[in-house]
Formats: sequence, structure tokens, C-alpha cells
Amino acid sequence: MSVGAKFVQMFIAIGAFVAVMGVILFLADRVRNRRGEILQTIAFLLPATVMIAFGLLYPAVKTIYQSFKDANDRSFVGLDNYKTILTSSDQLNVLRNTALWVIVTPVLATLIGLVYAVLIDRARVEKLAKALIFLPMAISLVGASIIWKFVYDYRATENPQIGLLNQILKLVGLDTYRFLLTEPWNTFFLIIIMVWVQAGFAMTVLSAAIKAIPDDIIEAARLDGVGGMRMFRFITVPSIRPSLVVVLTTISITTLKVFDIVRTTTGGNFSTSVLAYEFYVQSFRSFNTGLGAALATLLFVLVIPIVIYNIRQMRQLESR
Amino acid sequence: MSASTTPVAAVAVPSPATTTTAEAKKRLTSPWASFAAAVIAILWTIPTAGLLISSFRPENDVKASGWWNFFTHPSVTLDNYRAVLKGSDTDLATYFVNSIVITLPSVIIPITLATLAAYAFAWMKFPGRDLLFVAVFAMQIVPIQVTMIPLLSAYVKPLLGPSLAGADAPGGGFYTIWLSHSIFALPLAIFLLHNFMKEIPAELIEAARVDGAGHVKIFTRIMLPLMAPAIAAFGIFQFLWVWNDLLVALVFGGGSQEVSPLTVRLAELSGTRDQAWHLLSAGAFVSLIVPLVVFLSLQRYFVRGLLAGSVKG
Repeated sequence: MSVGAKFVQMFIAIGAFVAVMGVILFLADRVRNRRGEILQTIAFLLPATVMIAFGLLYPAVKTIYQSFKDANDRSFVGLDNYKTILTSSDQLNVLRNTALWVIVTPVLATLIGLVYAVLIDRARVEKLAKALIFLPMAISLVGASIIWKFVYDYRATENPQIGLLNQILKLVGLDTYRFLLTEPWNTFFLIIIMVWVQAGFAMTVLSAAIKAIPDDIIEAARLDGVGGMRMFRFITVPSIRPSLVVVLTTISITTLKVFDIVRTTTGGNFSTSVLAYEFYVQSFRSFNTGLGAALATLLFVLVIPIVIYNIRQMRQLESR
Repeated sequence: MSASTTPVAAVAVPSPATTTTAEAKKRLTSPWASFAAAVIAILWTIPTAGLLISSFRPENDVKASGWWNFFTHPSVTLDNYRAVLKGSDTDLATYFVNSIVITLPSVIIPITLATLAAYAFAWMKFPGRDLLFVAVFAMQIVPIQVTMIPLLSAYVKPLLGPSLAGADAPGGGFYTIWLSHSIFALPLAIFLLHNFMKEIPAELIEAARVDGAGHVKIFTRIMLPLMAPAIAAFGIFQFLWVWNDLLVALVFGGGSQEVSPLTVRLAELSGTRDQAWHLLSAGAFVSLIVPLVVFLSLQRYFVRGLLAGSVKG
């Protein structure tokens, strides 16, 4: 398809959508009685509800169902797929990596975001300082992965280096290091990429929370001679605790579902695969529908408790 | 970022008091604190800066020496950008167009539908309303991965009509990508916009009702103008999510050049040409430039909109 044809397709799609919705709303508006009310409710609600039912509810139920079937979606195999996940050494490695990602990423990103938010609070260049950290949030994880692959680039020690980290290693007299290939630490270097992206989110939310701490609390603490680290430890952190929890859980949920970084940097090789990536490989590369569905279901099951906790904390935050 | 970044909802923080006695609250602006902040800021910026500089260096320089040598031996070229955009083997220009064609409908459609649904949940009375709203809200927790195998088979073999996936599909296969992105955005969009809608005083709606205005009129004349900031905020958010998405495009676009966006092509280049840093660096910036411009020009709007939106449900 030519460039022109693609844009034509796009405008047709948008135009058709706007026209259909316009006509529906116009007609619904014509009828002015009890029936009209019902018609209007249907016109407002039905498209979104039908799409959610078709695209989220039905597939979720079907995936759970498929997770109990074999690779070709033919016969039932009971819990075999789950057994594979919990026993095969490849899959166990995936689970271990996923756990590492979900624990390390939120903790590091939140810690850095918090420290940075405190440090730049009310600084003269606060806006600029925030933008610098927040910027990685705007770019794709594919872009972020390429940026970091370049930082991690490996060449033998005697050659000139083009990767920044290995250049530093060389400067201090160490051998260059295969950051993305050497197990088990390569997973940690992939996690760094996600921390780099998520710290900006943590910083933004926590900075807003810090600014919302009432002045008189800080004033009182200061009069009592509290300052510096103790202010941070005993006033700032307890005051923004709910926001901290929300940030931690939100980043956990995001991290659990991330697959772009692993795919772009290592392609899941060198024991770096995670649950969300393994799901993709099994479903769309190995065409093992059953195992893919089981991995997706497991992802779902792991997300649920974090989401529930996250929502409850958010509720608390709102009611304050 | 809808599914993977349910985060927005988390920005539930009271808005900062604007009139503070800044003097009294002045923090430890010790030199050490400033120094530590500067170190973090530099650490966060250097990786991007290094790649940006590399993208303007000649191919031989990029391959032979680190980007920091640019400061001692500066030489600038646009060849890398020319090569990735027009070169027959990378051809990012085509993928750039695909990204635009994918993104615009995937932003407009879900936001329209979500605004309508949010209005219904906020201001229309019908049986089972609260239950349905909770159900929609709960759909946010479904990771998109869970939906993909059944959705793809539904697209390939729909109950009626021709296959919607693949090169022969109507619209060249864009429809399934648009539809998928729209669906995945809906629960969070409805939830957030509903929160905004509830903020609008009920008297306003009731007064309009008494004057004989129907729901459609109230929606278009009163709600939409008042909702503009919220809609814009979510629009930017959805824009960034769709533009930066890899998974949805990969699964439903099948990796074909006809419909794949920049992210898919870049990920591919990163896997197959991982030493061609002159191309990868320029390619990365071709994909970054649009979200960066959108984000930097609308950042304030974006953050403010989201902070306000989820304060009260």
C-alpha cells in the first residue's frame, strides 16, 4: 500500500467512525420521551461495553480455558502446562528472573525518585531538573533499550571502546565486561533500563506528595531542631507513605507486564527471559498455545493481588 | 501505556498548595544536596546524549571510537539519518508513516467512546449501572497478554466476513491494530474520565435538564467543553502509549512492512544489525522525536490533568 493509500485508509476509518457515532447520537436525540432516554443510554454505553466484552472479557475467559489444553488447543491436559512452568528448568529460570524484576525495579526506581524529588524540591531549576529525569518516560522501551545497549556495548579490552561503561572499566584498569551476556548479572543490567524509565514516574508523583505536606508540620519540626536526614526520615517519608505504596505497586504491575526490553536487548537469550516475554515466545514463536495461555494466566494471577492492594491504597489516599 | 501503565490512576495526590510560605519551608539547599541531584541528573541524561551525538557522527567514527571523542574530534553528518529514512534495507520513512496511521485512530476512537460511556456512568440513570461500572473498572486488571491468543484467532477467523488479519485484509490489516488499541484503552479511559465527570456540579446538569436539554445536548454543549482538559490529558497519554507500543503491533500486525510501526522495525534492527550503531542511533531518534516533542510541549498539561483527575472519585 502506498503512503497516500494508508492515509486515505486512516481518514476513511476516522471519518466513518465519526459519521456513525454522529448519526447515532443525532437519532437518539430526536426521540424525546421515556423510550428516548433508554435509546440514549444505549447509544452512549453500548459501543464501549461491547468492545470491552469482546476484546477483554471473552478473551480472558478463553485464555484461562485454553491454559488447560495442549499445544494445539485440541485435548485437555489438566494442569500439565502449569506443571511445566513450575518444573522445567528454563521456565523456573523465567520465574526467578520475573521475581527479580518485580522486586528490584520498583524499589530502586522509587528510592531514586524519592531522593531526587527531595533534593530538587524548591530548587531554582526544579522544572528543568524534573524534565531531565522524566524524559525517559516519554520514549518507547524499544528506544530506551537501544540507548542502553549502546552504553553496555562490548569490545575486547585491547580495542578502542564505544560503550561508555566498558570505557570506564578500561580507564580504571579492568577488563571489559559482557554486560548483556554474562549470567546471572545480565538480568540486573536489563533491570537498570526499566529503573531508568520508571524513576521519573516515581519522582513526579512523590514530588507532588511532598509539596502537599502541610507547612505547619515542617515548621514545627524545624523549630524542634529537626533537619536534614532526620527530617527526611521522620517527617517526609511517613507523611507520604500512602503515595510511596501506590508508586511501588504501580511500578510492580507495569514491570510484571514488560516484555519490550528483554526482546530488544537479548531476545530472551542468556537466561534473561521473563514471564511476559516467555508468553510471547511460546504463543507466537513456538506456537504452544496451551503453555502460552498458562503463562498469560499466571501473569494475570500474579497481577491481581498487587492491583487490589494498589486500589485500596489509592482509595485511602483519596479519602484523606 | 494504558494496560502497562495503569500508573496514571496512581497519581492520586492532593494538588500542591500554591501559596506556601516558601521561605519558611526552604529545604536544605546545602551544596551536597545540589551536588547529589546534579549527579543523578547527569547519570540520567548521559545515555541519551551519547546516542544522540553518535547519530550525527560519520559511520567510521561511530564504529571506531566512543561518542565522547566527538568533543575532541568533532565532525557532523546527516548521512545516518538519510540512510535510515531512505535506505532500502531500513526504510524507516515507511514505518514512520505506519506509526502515524496507527496512532491517530487509536487515540480518537477510544477517547470518543470512553467519554460517552463515562457520561452514561456519571449522569444517566439505568438499572445495574453501578454493577456495570465496577465490571468495567475491574477489566483494567486484565493484562493485554491474556487477551492476545483468542483475539488473534477471532481476527483471523471471524464469525462472519473475511479475515481481518494479514495483507489481504480490508484496510491492509490496520483495522485489527486500531480495534485492539481502542479496546485496551477503554477501561482506564472510562474510569479516569468518569472521575472528572463526577466533579462537575450536579446542579449544572439538572438546570439544563429542566430547560429541556436532552443528554446529547448536555453532553456536547456542556460536558465536552468542561472536559476538554481531561480529554486532552488522556489523549496525550494514549498517544504516547500507542506510539511507543511494541507488543500489540507485533502480535496483530504480524511484523509486515505494510502495517508495522517504528518500534517493530527498530527492535528488528537491534536484533539483526546490532553493530550498525550509526543506523541504530539515528533510527532510535527518528522514533523518539515525535513523543519527545509532544511530551515536552504538553508536559504541564499532561501532569496537571492527571493529578487533578484522580484526586476524587
